[in-house]
Amino acid sequence: MRLQRTHLYSLAAAAAFVVLLVAGDLFFDSFTLRVAHLCAIYVVLALSLNLVNGFTGLFSLGHAGFMAVGAYTCALLTMTPEQKEMNFFLAPIVPWLAQVHLPFVPALLIAGLVAALAGFVIGAPALRLKDDYLAIATLGFAEIIRVVLTNMQSITNGALGLKGLPMYSTTWVVWPCAALSVAFMVLLARSSYGRALKAVRDDEIAAGAMGIDVFRVKVVSFATSSFMAGVGGALLGHLLTTIDPKMFTFMLTFNILLVVVLGGIGSITGSVIAAFGVTILMEVLRFLDGPMNFGFFETEGRPGLRMVVFSLVLMGVVLFRQRGLMGNREFSWSMFSRAGLLPRPVEGKDSRA
Amino acid sequence: MQRSKLFLPVLALFAFGACKPAKPTTVKLGVFEPMTGANAAGGAMEVEGIKLANQLYPSVKVGDKEYKIELVVSDNKSDKVEAANAAQRLVDQDKVNVVLGSWGSSLSMAAGPIVKDKKVPAIALSATNPLVTKGNDYYFRVCFIDPFQGTVMANYAFKDLHAKKAVIIREVSNDYSVGLAKFFVDSFKKLTGDESAILGELNYNTNDQDFTAQLTTLKSMKPDVIFAPGNYTESALIIKQASELGITAPFLGGDTWETPEFIDVGKKATEGAVFSTFFATEVPITDTSKVFLDAYRKQYNKEPAAVTALGFDGYLVARAAIEKAGSLDGAKIRDALASIQAFPGAAGLITFDQNRDATKSAVIKTVKGGKFTYLTTVQP
Amino acid sequence: MTLPLLLQQLANALALGSLYALIAIGYTMVYGILRLINFAHGDVFMLGAYVAFYCVALFLLPWWASFVIAIVVTALLGVLLERVAYRPLRDSPRISVMISAIGASFLIENVAVVLFGGRPKGVAVPDILNVKLAFGSVSIMSVSLVIPIFTFVILAVLLWVVGRTRTGMAMRAVSTDLDAARLQAIDVNRIISFTFGSGSLLAAFGGILWSYKYPQLNPLMGVMPGLKCFIAAVIGGIGNIQGAVLGGFLLGGIELLTIAFLPTLTGYRDAFAFVLLIVVLLVKPSGLLGSRQVEKV
Repeated sequence: MRLQRTHLYSLAAAAAFVVLLVAGDLFFDSFTLRVAHLCAIYVVLALSLNLVNGFTGLFSLGHAGFMAVGAYTCALLTMTPEQKEMNFFLAPIVPWLAQVHLPFVPALLIAGLVAALAGFVIGAPALRLKDDYLAIATLGFAEIIRVVLTNMQSITNGALGLKGLPMYSTTWVVWPCAALSVAFMVLLARSSYGRALKAVRDDEIAAGAMGIDVFRVKVVSFATSSFMAGVGGALLGHLLTTIDPKMFTFMLTFNILLVVVLGGIGSITGSVIAAFGVTILMEVLRFLDGPMNFGFFETEGRPGLRMVVFSLVLMGVVLFRQRGLMGNREFSWSMFSRAGLLPRPVEGKDSRA
Repeated sequence: MQRSKLFLPVLALFAFGACKPAKPTTVKLGVFEPMTGANAAGGAMEVEGIKLANQLYPSVKVGDKEYKIELVVSDNKSDKVEAANAAQRLVDQDKVNVVLGSWGSSLSMAAGPIVKDKKVPAIALSATNPLVTKGNDYYFRVCFIDPFQGTVMANYAFKDLHAKKAVIIREVSNDYSVGLAKFFVDSFKKLTGDESAILGELNYNTNDQDFTAQLTTLKSMKPDVIFAPGNYTESALIIKQASELGITAPFLGGDTWETPEFIDVGKKATEGAVFSTFFATEVPITDTSKVFLDAYRKQYNKEPAAVTALGFDGYLVARAAIEKAGSLDGAKIRDALASIQAFPGAAGLITFDQNRDATKSAVIKTVKGGKFTYLTTVQP
Repeated sequence: MTLPLLLQQLANALALGSLYALIAIGYTMVYGILRLINFAHGDVFMLGAYVAFYCVALFLLPWWASFVIAIVVTALLGVLLERVAYRPLRDSPRISVMISAIGASFLIENVAVVLFGGRPKGVAVPDILNVKLAFGSVSIMSVSLVIPIFTFVILAVLLWVVGRTRTGMAMRAVSTDLDAARLQAIDVNRIISFTFGSGSLLAAFGGILWSYKYPQLNPLMGVMPGLKCFIAAVIGGIGNIQGAVLGGFLLGGIELLTIAFLPTLTGYRDAFAFVLLIVVLLVKPSGLLGSRQVEKV
């Protein structure tokens, strides 16, 4: 392929991204870094939900469950035996888990695989259902996972949760994960498999008639999405260094759904932008809840106002701009050229990112 | 795709990067509490105590210079992810010298690694899960822990109520309830010398509202006493439904019951329920207790909750440690905290043990005539 | 298990099941017309209980007056909800409508947190409903006897409305084919508003009775009952009113009797309903009394 100008842009942008990461890692304070890492984790999670909801058209509300599976698997694999002993002071941990201690990368992969397995086991029966039935069944499965985690005292430490997970979610872990997820989704969207997903989304019967194994496509998409959710959950656990079953409620799925819908169902670019936007707004909008202090006088804050704003935003988007921020469009350099910000490409063809 | 990410960290930089330099003449105490969400009520009670202490003792002497104490309140929203953000913000951007809080052990645990990493001492006020301070040199607490509370209630059941058989109802999704139940079971079995002294352990989940099935099973077990630690909302409903089913065995619980809503929801059924807590207004323990009570009654015109007294104590202990350290260096304040002996707090004398948990007496209260009434004090 | 114990457990199950049934009817009516899971149904239920509470607490109205005002106000709120959140999306993909429903549910919950505060409130139960009755060794509160009666009265009224009145006929028409109904000069919007209104009325009815049986209010009180009653409606065959009642009783019975016979499983209680749902969906997706739906190509 000939080197086009857009490829140069892409290379330059990738280089700038790496430079920015290095600079950020060196100069940002830990709070800014923490929020930035959270953004990256939300990118992974939003893309994973978008894969099923946006690309395959399966409305799944079970993401918190897969995140929980990933987070717990990874935590139990990476915690040192001493940490486990300290955590399990109510009931001792099952012997086969007590001594396991793996490095982070294999543990993360295993966490993803276990979550994918859970996704497969749940998906295989549940994906025979459609639309709202599927939504409620996946929601139910997530709830079942949470209840099971709560009750398996000698494996998950039950309601006490786990503490002292190693702090592995650093810049050089979460950002490559986010970048990999983006790259994977872009490649997938362009592949024939990605087109099969979209065909299933747009018209299942027609897709079947075209020779696509609809059920298989659905299950694979669901399991892949669970894999990403598991990895995202594990990253989140290792960022907080403590997890408990109460973290993984429907609220968490709602937050991710918010990101996906705001960004535009079916748009990778949209999910990425919205992941940043929502994570940062969640912090910026803190002032809405707290008692506001204007220096000379203080208001009695309205706790909860921030969530009202977010619910309104979600409904507003669904009612007035169903396509979200990006619709199902993706980023490309030609957007900038059309807007006159960059010189027009030599050839008329779009070079997609 | 990479590119769209590019500009956003820059945005993030603008959004959060601006941190103000700390004024040298103030000491900052971070108040890390849930102001919204499920734990908001508890957070508000603790903050009341901290603010009251701040009004009474607004400054601290470090070396020979007088510093003003400034409170920086950060809402952790009863959510673990938010809690970690809030704690990080306190230590990084607000550069607080000591962190106070949080109500809710799991929220405190989210702040644990952050304060440890930045060497900022933190004082939990009413978080009773042992894991909060375990293995974290920088986390202290001014209350006792679940094992002690469970043991206290087992002793009360055995010695004062002469109970031989007990049934446990626990909120399985609540760390506090599970912990208390476990330690009650252990010491009750030891006290009675009877391995089958616990007739059954029944579970329920947070937000459950119907407990009739568990209670009917319980009734058929005919226990002498029922230990039901948990949230006051569910507990009040349990006690109400138990009385409707004709269960007469007394209910025992933990400090979480001490809220007006407990009686408001359970109404007459809560009469005679017994629970352990940190502090009773009827028996001021130290001189500080009197100071606290007088100030609180004057300002709010009502009786304080136990955790409000703990908020008051947390502030005072932090202040004392800063003064003792004679420095604003986190490690030095930590050492000063660790060396504090028999500090007279509003809710009792505070001495930290090797796990940085306060060893102090517990108070047992009951509901009588629609009011919480003092029964007895139990020494550690 | 002894007989008196079993009878007591059955009485418990009857009381809980009839509440589930009452709320499930509302779900099933809305679904029958719009093919929409009204995620906000549980929150409408919560609103009904709160309105009744404030009528008593703030305006010092007697409980029966509060009851009537609350169900009327809540029914109107339900109609408003449909206008704002669902009607504009009638021709949109189902995913959009569902997201809108989830958004509406969260909005109502969060507005309730802001307005009513997050702390629970104790409800003053009317004396007449707070009488302890004993039948042999089985003790039951009067409210738990009243609820099943209400449930069956409402069931009878609804069956009459749907089966015998012109509005009911229109409802059935809209449910079968919305466009064809429009061609028959049926005012579809009016019928849908009516259905939403009566569904919400039933939710409020259930919410208030719920708050008399479990006298405690909080802004999230509708979430779990909402989900469970939806499950009850699906089990019975969604869109089918008798099915909803059957599903409600079945769910209440299975929940309580499982705990009664297997006390070690009490911690898993919230999972029972979902397991049951998944089993029913896989074995007989149209529910016990539902008719099979054929997808139109």
